Amino acid sequence: MVNLSCTRSGKVYLGMLFLLGIAPLLFQWTNQPFLLDLLSRGLIIGIAALSLNLILGYGGMISLGHVAYLGIGAYCVGIPAYYDVYDGWIHLSLAIVTCALFALITGAVSLRTKGVYFIMITMAFSQMIYFIFLSLEEYGADDGLVIYARSEFPVWMNMESAVSLYYWIFGLLILTLFFIHRLVRSRFGRVIIGSKYNDLRMQSLGFNTYGYRLTCYVISAVICGLAGVLLGNFTSFISPEMMSWTRSGELIFMVIIGGTGSLFGPLFGALSFLFLEEALSLITIYWHLIFGGLLIALVLFGKGGIDAWLRKLDK
Amino acid sequence: MINRVKYSLLVAAMALAGTAHADSVKIGFVSTLTTPAGVIGADIKNSVELALQHINNKMANLDVELFLEDDGFKPDVGKQKTDKLVKQNDVDFVAGYIWSHVLLASMNSVLSANKFLISANAGPSQVAGKRCHENFFSTSWQNDQTPMALGEYLNKEGIRSLYVMAPNYAAGKDMVAGVESIFEGEIKGKDLTKWGADAQLDFSAELAKAKASGAQALFIFYPGKAGPAFLKQYQQAGLQSVLPLYSVFTVDAISLPRLQKANIEGVLGSKNTQAWSPDLDNAANKRFVGDYLAKHGGYPSFYGAQAYDSIMLISSAVESVNGDLSDKNAVRDALRLANYESVRGPYTYGNNGMPIQNFYLREVVEDDEGRWTTKVVETVFENHQDPYASDCKL
Amino acid sequence: MDWNLLISQLVNSVQLGLLLFLLASGLTLIFGIMDFINLSHGSFYMMGAYFCGSIVAATGSFFAGIIVGLVGVFFLGALVEWLIARQLYKENHLDHVLVTFGLILVFDALVHIIWGPSGLSIPLPDFLNGQIQLGSLVFPIYRLVIIFGGLAVAGILYLLISRTRLGMLIRAGASDRDMVESLGININRLFLFVFALGAAMAGFAGMLIAPITEATIGMGNDIIIIAFVVVIVGGIGSIKGAFYVALMIGFIDTMSRSYLDDFLELLASTAAAETAAPAISAMLVYVLMAVVLAFKPTGLFPPTAGNR
Repeated sequence: MVNLSCTRSGKVYLGMLFLLGIAPLLFQWTNQPFLLDLLSRGLIIGIAALSLNLILGYGGMISLGHVAYLGIGAYCVGIPAYYDVYDGWIHLSLAIVTCALFALITGAVSLRTKGVYFIMITMAFSQMIYFIFLSLEEYGADDGLVIYARSEFPVWMNMESAVSLYYWIFGLLILTLFFIHRLVRSRFGRVIIGSKYNDLRMQSLGFNTYGYRLTCYVISAVICGLAGVLLGNFTSFISPEMMSWTRSGELIFMVIIGGTGSLFGPLFGALSFLFLEEALSLITIYWHLIFGGLLIALVLFGKGGIDAWLRKLDK
Repeated sequence: MINRVKYSLLVAAMALAGTAHADSVKIGFVSTLTTPAGVIGADIKNSVELALQHINNKMANLDVELFLEDDGFKPDVGKQKTDKLVKQNDVDFVAGYIWSHVLLASMNSVLSANKFLISANAGPSQVAGKRCHENFFSTSWQNDQTPMALGEYLNKEGIRSLYVMAPNYAAGKDMVAGVESIFEGEIKGKDLTKWGADAQLDFSAELAKAKASGAQALFIFYPGKAGPAFLKQYQQAGLQSVLPLYSVFTVDAISLPRLQKANIEGVLGSKNTQAWSPDLDNAANKRFVGDYLAKHGGYPSFYGAQAYDSIMLISSAVESVNGDLSDKNAVRDALRLANYESVRGPYTYGNNGMPIQNFYLREVVEDDEGRWTTKVVETVFENHQDPYASDCKL
Repeated sequence: MDWNLLISQLVNSVQLGLLLFLLASGLTLIFGIMDFINLSHGSFYMMGAYFCGSIVAATGSFFAGIIVGLVGVFFLGALVEWLIARQLYKENHLDHVLVTFGLILVFDALVHIIWGPSGLSIPLPDFLNGQIQLGSLVFPIYRLVIIFGGLAVAGILYLLISRTRLGMLIRAGASDRDMVESLGININRLFLFVFALGAAMAGFAGMLIAPITEATIGMGNDIIIIAFVVVIVGGIGSIKGAFYVALMIGFIDTMSRSYLDDFLELLASTAAAETAAPAISAMLVYVLMAVVLAFKPTGLFPPTAGNR
């Protein structure tokens, strides 16, 4: 990430990453376990937003069903735990395989459509997953599933305490950022970005853009699924409710607030979204009014989101 | 902007750290204040406030700090709010919980932090049985009990076959299990409908099925806003004469004023079972119902009565340890005695923290001022204990 | 086979289908003509119910509630178009989704503030509360009223679109927007009217259902997604597609709710079947959409020549 430290916005981002890295120490020192909770949740959702940004921001694939992967990842912890299988490696590999398979099948169908139809078909697939989990009496159906213990890993990397779980999340976050950073600058990334603007041109250059886009979709799903594994461990409770289409809508919001197609934007979009939600709901039970108004104002007047504002520093 | 957010977070953190140790009893209360189910939460909030007013906002000379949180009718949100109460507000008691699935999702956060959990409504079978805990107490009932009382009454009435409808969530399943365990006739059919913030409210297909099933009576459990919607459609379909209705937790002080407004006269005279009724004759209940009527111009619901009791139960325990909440064992022993004037009359606790209490048959009547309310007809069960107590290893 | 039950369920499915059509027809017009995704269309459904309920409470007349409510929602729709939607027609779909998602939150909160959280019940006149006996069948009168109301609006809409100059412009707009613009038509006025008309139809659907379920906060947020499915499967901009698909989905939903659990009991335990049946019947709608889009990526009746 050499070029990052050259610009002012890049310095701000790196500075904030540093702050996120030392946050548990700050919270421990001020004795604020709940703020650590809030930040842990924010980073997990942030990773999900980053993964959505990969297809939405860079690839122009507006998925209104991305939380399905967050949910699948979480159930990949919950369902084995229900059978007293707590091995973390099993949870992780299960999540990767399931998300990849589901994304491969649904992506293969969805990517045949364009524009609005793509939005709606991804929503349809995620609603199917939602209703499938809703129908599974054994795993709690509507009531959800309580996870009584966290995934087990070797001692030096366990996630038992709130702080160690936080560093798991932070670690995945850094990996994701690094991975996306490298990916979009590779040849693969250029094909994805190129096909967002002019699919035909990329095809006539000899690229099988369908294959590229599908691969990108699967990668994004797997990253989101990994975030789901952490979410399951963090909340120690999962329910189909977490996968309803409105949550997918919120995830899109986070990407937009942060700035589509920017590396860090969606992460801070997610954090500010959740922070606003928490802060506004403290003030009044009518907080949806202010929140909705802000979202409308953001689209009408605040083009480009947080990333665009920060980039003004660079000029 | 983000910097400013960070900064204000830190400032907020420090401000909160400063207030962490005041001399007070801290009670977290989780209820549903938004969504259409917020109407239940409003009644509960009124009753909690009335209870605090009755004890002058003091327990053993300590000020009571109440932290009211909204679960948004969602288990995961309920759990988040519970975590917040436990970790940030560091409350001594967490009370409330209307919905069984919200309670199931949230209970571990309270119990694993060695705090006391007082359910003021939800009574899922899991908590009464295998997942019972010494720090859990209920001021309501276990879900199965009320429908069991109704099943007993159906047997007495000589009803031989039944069609069953309930929402598809933890409590709905318990209610169905409860009536099925006692009812001696045949269950002709059963529908579990979608529940939650996007619950199914048009029951046309299910009512047609129920009618075609040839059952002698219809049993339903539809709490909150689904109740009036169901009863309206039931009347519009003209089922009163074909398929008499028996319900639990559906016809209450929340739905009755609305049913009266919508002229659903079919509900007058209908019967249901409950552990409490506004006309129960004891001093605590008279004071509660009387003051509530005077203050809010309508009857409190059973949700309100149980919430009122939950504050009074906590108060009795705090008084008995003279405000020393550090001795958890003493507080627990005091709670277990249920040594306070409950609005339902005296009751005791079983090993699982569920009340052992009476269940009454109630009838919907018009009171002297023309308001629809419920009146006790007879006692169906005396000192009834829930069927899961034997699964609890306490 | 219980034929009485089957016929009752058919009537129920037509009722649901027509409600969906009232929502979806406005949605598909707005979608097809302005290329605008309006997630908050369900809010008009809710506002219609609340407007109607307030008027009924004030005047005691259900029909006054319907008339005033319709006018109210029409103007509310016009206001939203003029204030917000109009600024966005040239922007991308993502912005539409976001703004209208924000609008949903605003409308829900406004209703919470104005009418409180508890919902609004709408009493029906006595003659609508009864039943009609047809042979061995008994139908609630009000359910039949919904069906006739829905059919009447569908008929008026058909006449409006196929027989009037305005309808011609709407048809032209749905298949080729640029052409209408090049004809020198005041496109702003046309858009304003179509948007408000769509809102009024959604509001009408809300008024029809509210006496059964009550007007509640967020009542439009679930049904709007199903209405979107109708629009997409029917083909964006196609009234005809919306009509057929709405009836089809009403049929699938009602029939699976009434017969699926019996069927599932053959495969699994009763308890599992009772839980699975409602969820699976809700899911069938989405399966239908995915299958249709997999084979016909622009829906069943894309509004090209001949299909509208």
